[in-house]
Amino acid sequence: MRRLPRSAWHAATVASVRPETSQSARIELDVDGWPGNAAGQHLDVRLTAPDGYTATRSYSIASSGPSSRVVLAVDRVPGGEVSPFLVDELRAGDQVEVNGPLGRFFIWEAPGADVSDAPNAPDAPDVSDAANASDAPDARDASRPVQLVGGGSGIVPLYAMAHAHAEAGDDTEFRLLYSVRTPEDTFFRAELAQLAVNGPGRAGGIRIDLIYTRAAPTGHERPPMRLTRDEVARLVVPAERAPRVFVCGSTGFAELVASWLLDLGHDARSIRIERFGGT
Amino acid sequence: MSFITRGFSGRGRAGRDERLPPGQTLVEDFPVLSAGPTPDIDTADWQFTIRTESGVDTSWTWDEFMALPIEDVSTDIHCVTHWSKLGTSWRGVSVDTLFEQVETEYEFAMAHSYGGYTTNVPLEDLLDGKAWIAFEFDGEPLEPEHGGPARLIVPHLYFWKSAKWVRGLVMMPDDDPGFWEQNGYHLHGDPWKEERYW
Ligand SMILES: Cc1cc2nc3c(=O)[nH]c(=O)nc-3n(C[C@H](O)[C@H](O)[C@H](O)COP(=O)(O)OP(=O)(O)OC[C@H]3O[C@@H](n4cnc5c(N)ncnc54)[C@H](O)[C@@H]3O)c2cc1C
Repeated sequence: MRRLPRSAWHAATVASVRPETSQSARIELDVDGWPGNAAGQHLDVRLTAPDGYTATRSYSIASSGPSSRVVLAVDRVPGGEVSPFLVDELRAGDQVEVNGPLGRFFIWEAPGADVSDAPNAPDAPDVSDAANASDAPDARDASRPVQLVGGGSGIVPLYAMAHAHAEAGDDTEFRLLYSVRTPEDTFFRAELAQLAVNGPGRAGGIRIDLIYTRAAPTGHERPPMRLTRDEVARLVVPAERAPRVFVCGSTGFAELVASWLLDLGHDARSIRIERFGGT
Repeated sequence: MSFITRGFSGRGRAGRDERLPPGQTLVEDFPVLSAGPTPDIDTADWQFTIRTESGVDTSWTWDEFMALPIEDVSTDIHCVTHWSKLGTSWRGVSVDTLFEQVETEYEFAMAHSYGGYTTNVPLEDLLDGKAWIAFEFDGEPLEPEHGGPARLIVPHLYFWKSAKWVRGLVMMPDDDPGFWEQNGYHLHGDPWKEERYW
């Protein structure tokens, strides 16, 4: 069993920056000494001003595997200190520092992958609640379907998982429910369309349900509006089938979706959440 | 190894507060970070337990807990995800008060939460006015998403140590890692030393 690599600070050189959507950029970094990362992990980016002032923020990694080329997708938060700089100012050749890979919980690995130190779900507390004893289905059980639920830039680590699943030609059932403002705001639009081509039920295939909150593509049946509980009930692999669920997005989005999933009977121990801050 | 990033000047520097540990940014709102969904715990079912090496449990129900001496705490809090909030106000029971009723030789505790979360804390970081079981934030009952009905607060360590939905402490002979510590976070978590990851 190989352990997931330890995190450390690394010097990173920007290989490319290009618009992902009108509000976001895809940033590729060449990270000196990067040990590779699992799908779903994140890193910290540290920027330093000439007078030594630093600002550090966390960003999910859209790529996975042993490569030292790391892909990020950053959304511009209006009035933010770091994200507007990354989206608007950063360019190829610039240097930043990154600490990572971070996070060993919000990750997906293809069954049989070499990186096999994925942690178990936290131990059930052994304090006066026998009923809470650990009878959780093993979080790594390869036969369980995987449901991804993302809002806005919360797609980033989920995309890494979907991509890793496709790369591995893995036959776990994978579904993605992705809430975005408009078609133009969709991150990894072409790549997701490509992943969906394989469709569900085929190795590496994935089913994608897109929810548009502000403007839908022409001919789309659903009027633009926020994701509803009914839609989550309809579009998420049902609780009876015991999917592993990964939810990622702003705090408000993640809280709401997770509360619906619990209502719908999903086991809390099967739901993993990455909250991006913001509301 | 720090080097300058071309074009970055930053805007948080002006008026940077001395109370901010390195790598932290001040926030006004109260972000939520936890690994799973928010559990819903009724105070009627709530219990807080300390278990020692001899297997003895000392437990308090909600009513018993509320009958203990209650303290007001004003403190800064620091999350490992780089935000800090200054001058937050809490009410709760000092961990010192709880340990008046407990005999233990062990030097480490594992905090356990409803929902299964765990985090390890040395006893010396919990005693001498350094930690509380808090049930009010900003004059209101602690909201579930922030760990209500009660959470541990250990303000001098990164906030993942301040276990939400806390239900007990289990004394340990060694500093065994809890949930985030097994998932890559530092065993101790002092924000002033940037003990974030290992
Ligand atoms: C584990 C993790 C992974 C993350 N991954 C990504 C990612 O892949 N892509 C990405 O774009 N962001 C990601 N984020 C969010 C990112 O770390 C920053 O919070 C975000 O870029 C804003 O930073 P800023 O310096 O521009 O804004 P700040 O100057 O920090 O904040 C400005 C204002 O915006 C609010 N705010 C902060 N963050 C957000 C947000 N995410 N949405 C809305 N309002 C916000 C603040 O409360 C504040 O009022 C991630 C966060 C975490 C914790």
